Amino acid sequence: MSVTRDQIVTWLEKTAVVLDANKQYLTDLDAAIGDADHGINMARGFTKVMEKLPTVADKDIGNILKTVGMTLISSVGGASGPLYGTFYMRAGTAVAAKEELSNEDLAAMLQSGVDGVVQRGRAELEDKTMIDAWFPAMAALKTAVDNGDSITNALQKTVAAAEQGMKATIPLKARKGRASYLGDRSIGHQDPGATSTHLILNALLETMQEGN
Amino acid sequence: MKKLINAVENVVREQLQGMAVAHPDLVKVQIDPHYVVRADAPVKGKVALVSGGGSGHEPMHGGFVGMGMLDGACPGEVFTSPTPDQMYECAKAVNGGAGVLFIVKNYTGDVLNFETAAELAHADGIKVQSILIDDDVAVKDSLYTAGRRGVGTTVLAEKIVGAAAEAGYNLTQCADLCRKVNSYGRSMGMALTSCTVPAAGKPTFELGDNEMEIGIGIHGEPGQRRMEMKTADEITEMMALEIITDKAYTRTVREWDNDQGAWVDVELVDEPLKAGDQVIAFVNSMGGTPVSELYAVYRKLAEVCQSHGITIARNLIGPYITSLEMQGCSITLLKADEEILRFWDAPVKTPGLRWGV
Repeated sequence: MSVTRDQIVTWLEKTAVVLDANKQYLTDLDAAIGDADHGINMARGFTKVMEKLPTVADKDIGNILKTVGMTLISSVGGASGPLYGTFYMRAGTAVAAKEELSNEDLAAMLQSGVDGVVQRGRAELEDKTMIDAWFPAMAALKTAVDNGDSITNALQKTVAAAEQGMKATIPLKARKGRASYLGDRSIGHQDPGATSTHLILNALLETMQEGN
Repeated sequence: MKKLINAVENVVREQLQGMAVAHPDLVKVQIDPHYVVRADAPVKGKVALVSGGGSGHEPMHGGFVGMGMLDGACPGEVFTSPTPDQMYECAKAVNGGAGVLFIVKNYTGDVLNFETAAELAHADGIKVQSILIDDDVAVKDSLYTAGRRGVGTTVLAEKIVGAAAEAGYNLTQCADLCRKVNSYGRSMGMALTSCTVPAAGKPTFELGDNEMEIGIGIHGEPGQRRMEMKTADEITEMMALEIITDKAYTRTVREWDNDQGAWVDVELVDEPLKAGDQVIAFVNSMGGTPVSELYAVYRKLAEVCQSHGITIARNLIGPYITSLEMQGCSITLLKADEEILRFWDAPVKTPGLRWGV
């Protein structure tokens, strides 16, 4: 079982659709503890990605993802631009020249992306950031892939872990980003970055479910 | 939402186009990527100052581009950091061979994007220094937050360091002076109303008729605490005392090391204000508060400073670092030595600040 280049492209297209559909939701989450632009920025970034995608859709997966990363870095702004931009750039670097991915490749690719996010943003678990969704999701993916799960089963566990991590940000007090200035007032709100991370991973799951 | 806009997605672009038409003698405007540079950029042999941040704070930063202040400004979307490609292109456009100083307000987005831009510029052989402005005393600790935000001191730093660059300071001297100004500056802000980001279409938060938000930043975000409305004197005294009694502030920041080509952690300490200090006092409108009310604030501020043995040597009163149409104000006190006052008084000629010319 492998992940094809076309499936990666489909994943990106689905990501664009789901982020646009959740533009208001993400922005509302951000308005509660940030500056009310996360959904708007992510939707704008992925609209640009959709414009760029046809020009690289026949290239290798690494090239496609690096283009996505550069596009996000140069069009999103805010904190999410460099963070998600770095995620796709590093993910792309990890699978340079590959036209299809084994389950292990996919897990390594996502993990490289998350490592890049940590390096750029210096967030730790329970700071109430996207890391709170990424870390448990990556742990679940690695365990499932090591156990030889099918890709859809592995991604189901990944998305479930991301969702749990996302919901677990609600009682947390923010220690990074703009929400950290609210102190205790950030408690009781779900982190918008962890939410967009869950949406992105869920788009990957849906892509792989369709293909099987 | 009721605003003087044509289309939400064109707000930033049309504002820049308007600036270009209004001030061709002072600035040049580049669209896609967006940046503003002074009309005579690059100035050969002079250190170039570049700042940037989300739009919505006008006249900062684009309005402070010109002789004696910034060489370049990069506007992002409203309340959203600009992107590294903008900053990098802007740095290239203003670099006169003496290097580029980035003046960065401490917001996670601004910091991450300027860090990426510094790396790009360095890779291109441009000497870069990057100084953070983090002067907001509403943020008490740096350990469990992203640190103090960059607010009012930014305007003063851009003016003072801009004059120093004009006078021939080299890149290291400009960076050292900027770090000092930041270290000497303290600010506190408050809001009477929220504001509406055009793309969001509704106010970022709701404030009741009898409520105010204390300890806000400049992005319409909720502040440190919500309180019942008070008189101008009571509010001014409360804010001034938060600044004057603020203790030493220690934090670790990342600065770019040109020789190593890497970020290095630097521990900085801001010493508290004390009796006998002289200051530049800056009373700023968040956009919706009229100048008349700022003078009421200044009246009380001068009294509080005097009673604490602090001499106001210079002042700046008006809307200079705003949050769209938000009602509210901020107070900045910048401890001023001879070097700071000399460069404060030096000529400046920008769309938003002009004297001595």
